[in-house]
Amino acid sequence: MKKGFFRGVADGMPIFFGYISIGFAFGIYAISSGLTAKQGILISLFNVTSAGQFAAVPIMVSGGGIPQLMFSQFVINMRYALMSVSLSQKFDNKINLLDRLIIAFVNTDEVFAVAVSNKNKVSKIYMYGLILPPYFGWAIGTALGAIAGNILPQVVTSALTLAIYGMFVAIVMPPARENKACGMSVLIAIVLSCIFYFVPHLSSIPSGISVIISAVAAALIMAAVSPIETEVDIGET
Amino acid sequence: MKPEQFIIYLAAMAAVTYLVRMVPLVIFKKQIKNKYVLSFLSYMPYAVLSAMAFPAVFFATGNVISAAVGFAVALTAAFFKRGLITVAALASAAALITELIIRYVI
Repeated sequence: MKKGFFRGVADGMPIFFGYISIGFAFGIYAISSGLTAKQGILISLFNVTSAGQFAAVPIMVSGGGIPQLMFSQFVINMRYALMSVSLSQKFDNKINLLDRLIIAFVNTDEVFAVAVSNKNKVSKIYMYGLILPPYFGWAIGTALGAIAGNILPQVVTSALTLAIYGMFVAIVMPPARENKACGMSVLIAIVLSCIFYFVPHLSSIPSGISVIISAVAAALIMAAVSPIETEVDIGET
Repeated sequence: MKPEQFIIYLAAMAAVTYLVRMVPLVIFKKQIKNKYVLSFLSYMPYAVLSAMAFPAVFFATGNVISAAVGFAVALTAAFFKRGLITVAALASAAALITELIIRYVI
């Protein structure tokens, strides 16, 4: 039985709450950088990408060039291209071009991870249900942070930024425990990412690029060493 | 910043972000059959999230100790198969408590 719209909404609710807290942090950041609340909310409504938005704000307020802004977004968000290739394989055959154009707009790290962790193919209505809570969570969180950000002390807002990593951990842990090859690819990616971060000359490489190199290398190595024989997926949920 | 300037910035960044997501999703319509490509695509999501989290998570709160405690709590909760919200909330709460202890107790 394929999952329907409300199952999608239910699967999207955890992301909603995670995005409220990270969106909140972005709203505060936008205001403290000198943007208006309206501008911060517009950025979230049209981009739906945390790292990219955090990187764009200083470029905007410092009057940086458009090419610089576009290049930064391209480098930071390149990972979405990989995710979209992977997500495309998860769609059932009733998902048409218009659906793809709409779903692509909200293909965030978490939406993607939850979608591909389904055992079976995902349907159009499931995907629409899944993207709704994250989209509005991100916008509402930004609005709350931009308008009421100064209510919360800084120690609370900085702790809230850990929510996104908590979600990553909750997504990665089950398949990494269950499937050895998946666990190995996670370990390799972590080691490579740390090498990029801490080794002197490599650390000057933008993190958007080092993340992709680490992940692609890890997945390539494990695909060569331990290809999946049958058409089972390693995800669960 | 003038309103027109902001609109140009907004349009430029939104266009790049959307195209990066949309083009592959529209191009790859057929089922990929090659088992190596399929394996790569199934390992890749978890590798990407891991590379994004490590070591960045340790610098997320501005204090390595509170971030590490929050992260350790997240790992433990996820190990015992808690859901997304629970893991995220526990991680934030642990980081907050640690930060408060560091500031006001120690």
